[in-house]
Amino acid sequence: MSGLGITYGRGGATSSLMDLQNSDCILIEGSNMAEAHPVGFRHPMIAKRKGAKLIHVDPRFTRTSALCDIYAPIRPGTDIAFLGGLVNYVIQNEAYFKEYVVNYTNAPTLLSEDYEDMDDTGIFVGWDEQKRTYDFNKWRYEGMPISPAVGGSQGAITGEAYSNRVGQYDGAGEFPTDPTLQHPRSVFQVLKRHFSRYTPEMVEKVCGTPKESFLEVAKTICENSNPDRTTSICYSVGWTQHSKGAQLIRTSAILQLLLGNMGRPGGGIMALRGHATIQGSTDIATLYNILPGYVAIPDANKTHNTWKEYLETETAHTGWWSNFPKYATSIMKAWYGDAATPENDFLFDKFVRINGDHSYYPTIMAMKDKEEGQGVEGAFVFGQNFAVGGPHARLARDGLRNLDYLVVLDAFDIETSGVWKLDGVDPKTVGVEVFFMPAALVAEKDGTFTQTQRMVQWHDKSVDPPDDARSDAWFVYHLGRRIKELYKDSTDPRDELIQAMTWDYGHEGDRQEPIIDNVLREINGYTVADKKPINSFVQLKEDGTTACGAWIYCGIYKDGENQAKNREFGEAPHANWGWAWPLNRRILYNRASADPSGKPWSERKKLVWWNEEEEKWNGIDVPDFEPAKNPDYRADPSAVGQAAISGNSPFIVNADGKGWLFAPGGLKDGPLPVHYEPLESPVQNLMYKQQYDPGVKKYDRPDNPYNKPMDPRYPYSITTYRLTEHHTTGAMSRWIPWLGELQPESFAEISTELAAEKGIENLDDITVITSRGKLHTRALVTDRIPVYDFDGQKLHTIGLPYHFGPNGLVTGGFVNDLMPVSLEANVSIHEAKAFTCNMEKGHL
Amino acid sequence: MFLRLTDTDGLWSKLKNHVGVKVKHPVSESTRNLRARIHDPGVQKTTSVCPYCAVGCSTLVYHRDGRILDIEGNPESPINAGTLCPKGSATYGMHVSPHRWTTVKYRRPYSEEWEDLDLETAMDMIAERLKNSRDNNWQEKQEDGNPLNHCKAVASIGGAAIDNEENYLITKLFHTMGMVRVTNQARI
Repeated sequence: MSGLGITYGRGGATSSLMDLQNSDCILIEGSNMAEAHPVGFRHPMIAKRKGAKLIHVDPRFTRTSALCDIYAPIRPGTDIAFLGGLVNYVIQNEAYFKEYVVNYTNAPTLLSEDYEDMDDTGIFVGWDEQKRTYDFNKWRYEGMPISPAVGGSQGAITGEAYSNRVGQYDGAGEFPTDPTLQHPRSVFQVLKRHFSRYTPEMVEKVCGTPKESFLEVAKTICENSNPDRTTSICYSVGWTQHSKGAQLIRTSAILQLLLGNMGRPGGGIMALRGHATIQGSTDIATLYNILPGYVAIPDANKTHNTWKEYLETETAHTGWWSNFPKYATSIMKAWYGDAATPENDFLFDKFVRINGDHSYYPTIMAMKDKEEGQGVEGAFVFGQNFAVGGPHARLARDGLRNLDYLVVLDAFDIETSGVWKLDGVDPKTVGVEVFFMPAALVAEKDGTFTQTQRMVQWHDKSVDPPDDARSDAWFVYHLGRRIKELYKDSTDPRDELIQAMTWDYGHEGDRQEPIIDNVLREINGYTVADKKPINSFVQLKEDGTTACGAWIYCGIYKDGENQAKNREFGEAPHANWGWAWPLNRRILYNRASADPSGKPWSERKKLVWWNEEEEKWNGIDVPDFEPAKNPDYRADPSAVGQAAISGNSPFIVNADGKGWLFAPGGLKDGPLPVHYEPLESPVQNLMYKQQYDPGVKKYDRPDNPYNKPMDPRYPYSITTYRLTEHHTTGAMSRWIPWLGELQPESFAEISTELAAEKGIENLDDITVITSRGKLHTRALVTDRIPVYDFDGQKLHTIGLPYHFGPNGLVTGGFVNDLMPVSLEANVSIHEAKAFTCNMEKGHL
Repeated sequence: MFLRLTDTDGLWSKLKNHVGVKVKHPVSESTRNLRARIHDPGVQKTTSVCPYCAVGCSTLVYHRDGRILDIEGNPESPINAGTLCPKGSATYGMHVSPHRWTTVKYRRPYSEEWEDLDLETAMDMIAERLKNSRDNNWQEKQEDGNPLNHCKAVASIGGAAIDNEENYLITKLFHTMGMVRVTNQARI
C-alpha cells in the first residue's frame, strides 16, 4: 500500500465500509466488489438507494458492473492511463477543490531546478542506466538538502508495509511555495504538464475505453466532489497486482487530493483486502523488514550498528516518525523485560539484522537453490497454501520438495503439505520430512482480526478444537517454551536474547492454551512499574519505563478494557463497534473535513471541527490531529517533531503535514505515476518509449522465463480473479461440500469472439499456455469479456479464477503456474492481473 | 406459498374454513412444532468474526456441550447486519467438515505415505530441528564486519489468515531467534 503511504502518510484504507453510505459517488476499479466482497458491497448499494452514482471500471463485465450506474471497460494493466486521464480532466476543467489543494497538499511547493519534466522517453530525470535506479536528489523541493544515497542494501526491497515510513525527507525547514499555483516549478504546474498528454483520446486509444464512457465517468466524479459532496474510491488486488501497482494506487490518491475528497465523510480510498487479518499481519507484522507498528528492523547495510545509530537513522526530524525512539524502545521492553536496560542499549547488540531481501520470493528460490549461506532447510507454514497461491507456484512446490523439513499448520490436506506427492514426482525421490499439525479454526480460539478498514474485532472461543487440533498460538507458545528450555543453560552470548525473551503469558485448561488476553495486553502496552495498560501511544517513553508490543495498537486496552470486544451499533461512524487504529479514529486525516480555519466545509459533510471556546477539536469521529492544536498555529521552520506540523496540515505523518501530489523521494520508480504497459503485454506502449516500468525487478533464470512484449506466440492477456464461493487458494473452501456444490470446478472465461475464432464452444476442454507452464481447464464462453481494438489489432482477455489445485473436493489445475515471478519496484508484488498467454482447444 | 399455507392467519385458515372442504394440514403437527435448535435450552451464543475475506462480518456461534450447532450472521453488526455471503455461511461447514484433519500427520523423508504421530512427540521433534537449524547456520557478522545475528535457514510463512496475537507471537519468537525469513500473504 505504498501508493497510499507515500501520498498520505499511512498505508491503510482511509475510511470505512460503513462510511461508503455517505458517498455521493463511488468509483470501483481494480475490484469486483459484488462478488469478491459481497457483504461489503451492501454499503455502496445503500448509498445508491440514497441517490449516489456508482461507477465500475474493469476488464470484465461482472455482477459489480451490472449493479453500477456506469460501466467503463478497460484493457488489463492500463489503469494509470485511465486515472491519469481523470487527473488531467480535473486540472484542465479546473474542477479541483482549490482551497483544499492550496492548503492541504504540496501543490504550491516549488521543486528545485534539477527537476525536469519527463519527455516521451518515459524516464524521469536522475536515472542511472547501469544501476537501474533513480537519484532521488533530482526530485527535491527547492531548498531541501541533498540526502545521501539511501542505505547500502543493494537490491534490498521494501515491503508493502514499509509504506508507512515513506512520507519523509531529511531535515526540517520551510520550503518556498507559490499559493497562486502559477509558478512553473510549483508542484501543481509540474503535475499539470506531466498529465497533459493523458487526454480522453489517449485514454480511448490506450485503455480501449470509449471516449464517451470515460467522459461520463470524469463528469460524474467531478460533479460529486466539492464542499457539499464527496466521491469515494474502492480498489482491491486488481490494482495492486501489477508491475506498477504502487504508482497505480498513487494515481487515485492524487486524484482524491485534487478533488478534496480525502479525510471527509463519504470520501477517501477504501482498500478492499482479501484475508481476515491481512491488515493485522502487516500492522503486527510477520514480515522480514518491519517489527510491529511499522518499526524498521535493523539492517546491517544501514547505519544501524549501535542502538544510538539505529535511533538516529530511523528518527524523522518532523512529522509523526520523530517519535521513533519511544516505539522502538517499548518493543524491546515488551520482548525482553527486565533484561533490557538503558545501560545495555536494551539488548540491541544481540538483536537480529537483515542484510538484503528475505521476502517470500527470494525465500522460495533459496529453498530450491540451497546456495551456501543462503539456503533454506526448514519452513513453518501458518495458514498459507502457497503451493497453489504463490506466483509461479510450480517453483514454490519445487522449493518445498527440496526442504529438509516442513511444518504445516492447517485444517485440511492442502497442496502445501501434500507437495511430496504432486506434479507426478515419485515420493521415493523426495526427501522432505513433513509435519502436518491440525489447526484450530476461528470459533475454537480467542483472538482478534483486523479487517479491511483497520478495525480490530475480538472473537470468542466457543468450543475446544477437535482431537489434536490446536490454535497457532498454542503451537508457537509451546514451541517457544521448548526453545527456551533447550537454551536455558547455554552460556553462548548469541543465545542471551532467547533466555531474556518474556514468554510468561500463562496457560489454562487441560490443553494448556496460552491466555490470548495477556498477549493482547502486551501488544497494547503497559507501564513497566505497575503493569497497568496504557491508553495512548503519546504515553510511550524512550527511557524504558514503558513496554508496548505494537504502538499503533495502543489504546486497544484503554482503561483496562478490551476495546476490540465493543459491540454497540450506535450511529455513524460506529465508534463503539470494535476498535480501529490509531486511537479509534475511523476516518484518517479527518482534519481535512474542516476548512483551514477549522470550520466544516459544509454542514452536510461535517466530521470534525475546531471548538473556539474549548480550544480543542470536536467531532463525530475522533480527530486524527493533535487535540488542542489551533488551526492558526504555524510551525516555526526550525521546529521538529509534531511541532513542525502547522494547524492547517492534516497529513500529520508526512514530514510537512501535506498530502503529496508529487513525491520528492520515497518511491523507487518515480515521483509521479506514468503509464507503462505490463511487463508482459501484447502491444507497444503508445505513450512513451519505455515499454514497462523501469523499476520492476526480474528474476532471469531458466525456470522463470518471461514472455517478451508483443511476442506473437502469446497474444492474449490473462487476468486472474476470485469467485464468490471460493477463498484464495481454496484451503478454506475446497474441502467444504456446500461450497463445492455451488462452484464445482475450474474454468477459463473467454469472449464469444475469441471462442468463435478458435472454434471453441462453451464447456470445451482448453489449454492455456505460457512460457512457465500449461493449464488444462474448460471454457466458459460469455459476452462479459470485452474485446479491444488496438490500432487495428484485436486484443483478447482470458479471465482465470485461481482457487484450484489437485487436492480436496473441488479440484483443478494450478493457475498460478502460468505466472512469472516479477517484482514491482516498491512493494515487491507480482503481476497477476495482466500477463500474456496462448490458448488452444483441447487438452494439449 | 408454503409459508402462507402454513401460516395460521393465512391461506390455510381460509381453506380450512371453506364449506365442504376437508383436508389434512399438509405439514405434520410434529414438524410444525419444530424450532431452530439454536433456541433449545442450554444452547450458548458467542460472538465471532468471519474468517474469510477482510470485510469483517460479525458472526454468532451457537454451541452446546462443546459442539457447534450453527454459525450465523450477527444482526447487530453495522458491517453485515446479519447477512453473510456463501463463504461466510459455510463457516459452520468448515468447522464440521468430514474432510478436516484433526490429528498430527507425519511424512518421513522418501516415504510414500502419511503416518500418525503423537502431538507432544511432534512438538519435541520440531523444536529440536529448529534449534539445530539455528545452531548450524548462524551468521554472526557479514563480510564488512557489521553484526548480523541471524539465520537464513528457516522460513516462517503466513499470518493473514490467523489471529493478530498469533502473528505477534510468531514475529517475537522468530526474530528473537534471529530468523530473518519471515513473510506472509501481504505481498502475495
